[in-house]
Amino acid sequence: MKFVSELGFFFLILFVSFWGGVLASGLDRKLTARLQWRKGPPLLQPFYDVVKLFQKETLVPKGGSVWIFLAAPVLGLIGVGLVAFYLWNALLRMRGGFSGDIFVLLYFLLFPSLSVALAGFASKNPLGSLGGSREIKLLLFGELPFLLAVAVVIIKTEGAIRLSEIIAYQSHSKPLLVSGSGFLAFWIALFSAQAKLGWVPFDLPEAETEIMGGPYLEYSGSPLAVFRIMRMMLLFTFPILLVLLFWGGMRWQGVSILFSLLKWMVVFLIFVLLRNTNPRIRIDQAMKWFWGPLAGIGCIAVILALRGI
Amino acid sequence: MTIGKKTFTRSLWVYHLGTGSCNNCDIEILDCLTPRFDIERFGMVLVGSPRHADVLLVTGNMTLKNIPRVKRVYEQMAKPGWVVAIGTCSLDHGIFRESYVAPQKVCEILPVDVYVPGCPPKPEAIILGMAQLISKIQKQS
Repeated sequence: MKFVSELGFFFLILFVSFWGGVLASGLDRKLTARLQWRKGPPLLQPFYDVVKLFQKETLVPKGGSVWIFLAAPVLGLIGVGLVAFYLWNALLRMRGGFSGDIFVLLYFLLFPSLSVALAGFASKNPLGSLGGSREIKLLLFGELPFLLAVAVVIIKTEGAIRLSEIIAYQSHSKPLLVSGSGFLAFWIALFSAQAKLGWVPFDLPEAETEIMGGPYLEYSGSPLAVFRIMRMMLLFTFPILLVLLFWGGMRWQGVSILFSLLKWMVVFLIFVLLRNTNPRIRIDQAMKWFWGPLAGIGCIAVILALRGI
Repeated sequence: MTIGKKTFTRSLWVYHLGTGSCNNCDIEILDCLTPRFDIERFGMVLVGSPRHADVLLVTGNMTLKNIPRVKRVYEQMAKPGWVVAIGTCSLDHGIFRESYVAPQKVCEILPVDVYVPGCPPKPEAIILGMAQLISKIQKQS
């Protein structure tokens, strides 16, 4: 009985994340258009795109690995779905989740990047392989600062490795963002999240104008639609993750709903502004940025957190 | 008209294919994406791969060397798809009518749905052509 109810909750979260992702992605395109002094597409444009793609023909490249090619988008979607499931489990249910679910969440966060890389290699396209190799490199670079930021969270909350405990700790005392180390860790996590989302300045795996969409290049029809849904859901889920880790989570009673939405909106706006005010960087610049200054600041944040600042 | 079919009219992705064009039509196509004309209002975006495309924008007078490549790109496009011929060259070769390198017109090789005349056509004309394509798709379904 418990299994059935959990499964129902999972599909409910998938549904919510899908529509949240559609709205987030539409809002992003609208904001980008306004920042470029354009009118922009309607808010539900991502939804039209996805419905259209599901009706198109699915082409599989000759000589590529058919099974991996078709399974990769589904793998990514399942990964994002499970990340959203654990997050909402901690947000909506008191004492939800289990001890150590933050590590499970970190593992599932790798799924989208891995699925994109697999897709690139399976499509047997030189540009796709190039995009896949860049995705793997970017994953390696971005992961180190992100793990340091998560380490700061765990140290500051006195060893809480359960998402609901992290929320509970922050609602008892102040949110982590207010403290010095928490503030630094928040910005580090934000940049790493931008890389995991695959957004400008770190959009070098797909790089529309350079390698024509990289791993997505050979995709058409339903698999491409699944990839787009994955990206939209990731865009909706990442601000929630950052709010949960650093800004005291979200509450759903009375006026707090407004504050929860406001928190989500602020993190989302930072993503969109970062995207619209930066050029794409090269892979060696990405390495220098993530393993240089960002990892350095991450180490400082960890030391500060150990000192209790 | 079902909701599924209706989405085609609201999100046409465009792949731009130059077949020996003098580059003027291509510049005018890019003008459609600028803030002044902003064709993304209708959900149209320029994509980098024919696999993602719904519409093939063909410019140029279809030189001999380009014919097999154009056929291949059309076959790579995921169906259903449509073809829009942009510029006088792709209608009837324009000023290159006497040219020995272009024996066939675009319409003899691809099933063209909409023609946009002009040398080069204005962005307004291209937007009008796309609007005509949308109404044609609406009638088809």
